[in-house]
Amino acid sequence: MNVLYKRNPQLNKNGELIHLLTTEGLSKGILTHILDTASNFVNVNDREVKKVPLLRGKSVFNLFFENSTRTRTTFEIAAKRLSADVFNLDIARSSTAKGETLLDTIDNLSAMAADIFVVRHSESGAPYLIAQHVAPHVHVVNAGDGRHAHPTQGLLDMYTIRHYKKDFSNLRVAIVGDVLHSRVARSDIHALTTLGAAEVRVVGPRTLVPSDMAQMGVRVFHNLEEGIKDCDVIITLRLQNERMSGALLPSSQEYFKSFGLTEKRLELAKPDAIVMHPGPINRGVEIDSAVVDGPQAVILSQVTFGIAVRMAVMSIVAGNEA
Amino acid sequence: MSVSVAGTAGSLVLDAEALYRELLRGVRSLMGANTQLVGVASGGAWLVERLHKDLGLPGTPGVLSSALHRDDFAQRGMASSAQTQLDFDVNGADILVLDDVLYTGRTVRAVLNELYDYGRPGCVRLAVLVDRGGRELPVAAEFAAARVALPASQSLALARTEDGTFQFEVKEA
Repeated sequence: MNVLYKRNPQLNKNGELIHLLTTEGLSKGILTHILDTASNFVNVNDREVKKVPLLRGKSVFNLFFENSTRTRTTFEIAAKRLSADVFNLDIARSSTAKGETLLDTIDNLSAMAADIFVVRHSESGAPYLIAQHVAPHVHVVNAGDGRHAHPTQGLLDMYTIRHYKKDFSNLRVAIVGDVLHSRVARSDIHALTTLGAAEVRVVGPRTLVPSDMAQMGVRVFHNLEEGIKDCDVIITLRLQNERMSGALLPSSQEYFKSFGLTEKRLELAKPDAIVMHPGPINRGVEIDSAVVDGPQAVILSQVTFGIAVRMAVMSIVAGNEA
Repeated sequence: MSVSVAGTAGSLVLDAEALYRELLRGVRSLMGANTQLVGVASGGAWLVERLHKDLGLPGTPGVLSSALHRDDFAQRGMASSAQTQLDFDVNGADILVLDDVLYTGRTVRAVLNELYDYGRPGCVRLAVLVDRGGRELPVAAEFAAARVALPASQSLALARTEDGTFQFEVKEA
């Protein structure tokens, strides 16, 4: 797919961000600019007027070809806080179900004067296809495509880490769980590497960690205790229930026994380690309830920061022309 | 009373430290019992930081950012900047906004909107180091330490050196 492009399709010729499709290939400068901009938006919630006018008169279309209530809602809140008009399309019951192609859907919505498309799709690369197709003033934000990328989740994870740990350069970060099917893991790894984290580890059973992971510059562990030892940050991934049927795992109880993050295991990490999770959480499968509700979990902060990060991404791309 | 400085690019000398002393005098005369000083990021925020010290004011100096209300967002995009910080109740407050340079008036319009996102102030006034003319909106400063006429081709901005002293930078755009 990438061979189609001469330059990073997310950037215009001045190197400015016009679409957000993946954290891969974005410079440290751009990632830091997004995080800095997000910090401007974190306190919008504290104002009497919880809205800023940056996207006033712009239309944001949420196109969720795959369900995700939380991600869609946070994008909707973010767009509304920026004063945009937001349209949520019920794709499952719309023209796509009647056989309309993806790009025909996009053309029709563009004719309704869309400015930003927020796209979630089960096919990796769908947001690229749309970004390549739209007019120069239209922007695409990837809200998760297949197993490929979930860049706003990756960025909000970076924001959360920076908030609690200030600096990436001394950090040891472990990403634990179903790395194979996780677009969050990929987006986190690219961002952490670019931002200069000292060590990135992936931890999971052999069936759920891709064999080529070491090429991404990470250390691979198949034992949880070894994998999280002395870590500053632990990112637990959701064990997708649908994987159980695919013979990749014996059972969720079996998984919890070997890879569930419990308070006892958490003691192996640094005493001030933070525990993150992109949600939705399966308590008692990848993570114990006591850890979710414990003092080291920052999972709800991730959700709050996610709104500010999505505001930052939409306001940055909307301010740049292709 | 403002110091009048006439001149153009080559010969214009703006002594920022001398103008600051003039501003300090002017601000002192504008201060009421409950006046809150608020600086526009970044130049105005530096001024307020120093005024706070020199006037012995309590609390943290207020900062206003124009970033979220700029009218050139569509052309210039999102710039990261200092954040608005107001540690007092804006509702009914007597506010003196400080900025380094007053030019088109667009930044002042933006920071007024920013201010109103936090409440309804009782009274807002403006004091600046330099009013360089060229207004494009009905905005006026209560006090300017200097009023000069600069051509549109030049940009004027305050800089702060490492030891905290002020300098003006005049650039050909």
